Amino acid sequence: MKHLLSAGDLSLTETLELLNLSLEMQDVNSRDVKKLPALNGRTVANLFFEDSTRTRFSFEIAAKRLSADVVNFTAKGSSVSKGESLKDTVLTLEAMGIEALIVRHHHSGAANTIAQADWSRATVINAGDGTHQHPTQALTDALTIRQSIKGIRDTGDLSGVRVLIVGDILHSRVARSNIDLLKTLGAYVALAGPSTLVTSAALELADTVYHNLDDALNAGFDVVMMLRMQMERMSSSFVPNAIEYSTLWGLSAERFSRLDSSTLIMHPGPMNRGLEISSEAADSSQSLIVAQVANGVAVRMGVLYKLLAQESSAK
Amino acid sequence: MKQQGTIFTNVQLSDGSKTNIAVTGELISYVGDEIDSSLNVVDCSGLIALSGFVDLHTHLREPGFEQSETILTGSRAAAKGGFTCVHPMANTNPVADNSAVVEQVYALGQTAGYVQVQPIGAVTVNLEGKNLADLGKMNASAAKVTLFSDDGKCVSDSLVMRRALEYIKAFDGVIAQHAQDPLLTVNAQMNGSALSLKLGLTGWPAVAEEAIIARDVLLTEEVGSRLHVCHVSTKGSVEIIRWAKSRGINVTAEVTPHHLILTEDLVSSYNPIYKVNPPLRTQEDVVALRQAVADGTIDIVATDHAPHTADNKDCEWGEAAFGMIGLETAAAIMKTTLIDTGLIDWVKFEELLSTKPASISRLTNQGQKLEQGSFANIVFFDPKTEYVVDSISESKSSNNPYVGMKLSGSVVHTLYRGMFTVRDSEVQEIGNSDGH
Repeated sequence: MKHLLSAGDLSLTETLELLNLSLEMQDVNSRDVKKLPALNGRTVANLFFEDSTRTRFSFEIAAKRLSADVVNFTAKGSSVSKGESLKDTVLTLEAMGIEALIVRHHHSGAANTIAQADWSRATVINAGDGTHQHPTQALTDALTIRQSIKGIRDTGDLSGVRVLIVGDILHSRVARSNIDLLKTLGAYVALAGPSTLVTSAALELADTVYHNLDDALNAGFDVVMMLRMQMERMSSSFVPNAIEYSTLWGLSAERFSRLDSSTLIMHPGPMNRGLEISSEAADSSQSLIVAQVANGVAVRMGVLYKLLAQESSAK
Repeated sequence: MKQQGTIFTNVQLSDGSKTNIAVTGELISYVGDEIDSSLNVVDCSGLIALSGFVDLHTHLREPGFEQSETILTGSRAAAKGGFTCVHPMANTNPVADNSAVVEQVYALGQTAGYVQVQPIGAVTVNLEGKNLADLGKMNASAAKVTLFSDDGKCVSDSLVMRRALEYIKAFDGVIAQHAQDPLLTVNAQMNGSALSLKLGLTGWPAVAEEAIIARDVLLTEEVGSRLHVCHVSTKGSVEIIRWAKSRGINVTAEVTPHHLILTEDLVSSYNPIYKVNPPLRTQEDVVALRQAVADGTIDIVATDHAPHTADNKDCEWGEAAFGMIGLETAAAIMKTTLIDTGLIDWVKFEELLSTKPASISRLTNQGQKLEQGSFANIVFFDPKTEYVVDSISESKSSNNPYVGMKLSGSVVHTLYRGMFTVRDSEVQEIGNSDGH
């Protein structure tokens, strides 16, 4: 494994290996001195063409805890016609001897393109590309689920676990990555959302699809993952307005109160409180939202360790 | 070479018959069993002689985008592919929406001398879809434009489309529509499908093409005009065109070689070489398109040869330009997908690539039967060669999606008005002093 581009590229063995490495990194993170020398002398670049705070920080902290040198390159928008091209940016970083590119880009497939083109020899880690994939988020969510449901930690995989993902599947790279990874781990994955955002083709991705949230919740799930709803979806007629969306698709206090007390609540952040999720649900003891963020650092340490320390020493 | 002429011996015609073809000057001087040994003899055993190919959909990029193609380089690529006539689209800079630009393109084609360059005029000023371009003046110009298209953009306004169809009746013109509802395809990147959902690329749904074709055939019927549908790409479009023809509506349709052989699955690589508009569709569409060619629903094959510089393809998918080159590979792809599969014979092949496109464009000096008195626009095609496509091209651009693919059939000689533009598969260096 040279690159991490899509959760769909990972085999069950590779997924479990990355999750187990992440567990070891959690132990490191619980120490007073949260640092390993694994990537000492190695340089990684955060190459972010799209706004992000949490993912960039998470990768930066992860790389630093492995003793790598980290540089940040942020550029809003890039095209052949406007300023420096992606190719030239990557060629520049290659010339500087960067060994890993952590790429966040507004175009789907941008990380794949960098990995496949002859621009660079660096390892490419996809930190979110357009509406395509965000594999480290999926690994983070899988780790969080694994640690939060009793009886799972020994087996490692998630077979038998029922996960419901709610909201804008069409535009969500988090959803795509999670569907891929959860299915690889053996979980049952259902999707729920308005039929403009969970289109008929979505049934080819997941095990089942609901177009009514209450029907979905009544079916009983171990995990309910709420997705962020972008305001721009209203102006482009995917849904009528925020109030209707919230009424039909929000995890309100009332809907939350009807859930089984063992149902876990997740959200990749940032949340729109009151739109897709109520504070009652987000702040409850069933919520894993803060744990997701904490695990994000450990998972990214695991990924960097696997791709840069293990794979390159195995050459 | 002696000036008295050349005789091509032992050629097979599209109907399977064997004969000899003599060429004197610009014309075919004899077709028959006898061999006049005073002529230069070119043995064509094993080759099929077909009427020179006519492309109704070419992008030569000049004026304005000469870094990706010029009329000369595009003409050479066309000759290499067996073409003796190409119709360059109007989306140049400046746009070919007036007689000055179409006459310039026409004249540059004559200067290059490899093929007849028969310009397509824009339907609307600057391809904006609002006001009609100088349709009548372009028709009356030296370029004698009969085909009008805003290709690259759709004439989406129903009223403008109706008026354009009505207006061109006066001079027997035809509107070649790029059928794409712009509102249904905002930022579209690939075929709208389960795969586009998986890849996170905005889908270009089949209905965006089909809805425009359905509207256009009804408008064409209403005003009694002539419509040509560019690059049909979906099964549903085929069904609408079939229905329109059964109603007697005067519509013709084209399919590109790439829509006959490539599918959306290639997009999974995010390699922009496969980014094209309309997008590559599904295998089911490919099967329907091939069938539609065989049963006559689709009238012609046209290349949509769309050269782009390396910079416009060596980038992320979302930034890459739409289009692929195709003049040099068109005949081989048709042979591979239509002849080798038993769907059509060589008579049909010649009709698809020469006779019918010439007739849609109302050209009388192209697509002629290979007989005495016709212009000597002839392709000698070797149906037996098998080869792996390489990246060498006469085109200035190298956005060729077929590199590495195994194809069968190649152009050996091309004659344009009696002159070898390609001989033994090599493009000939020709002077521009001979008046062509």
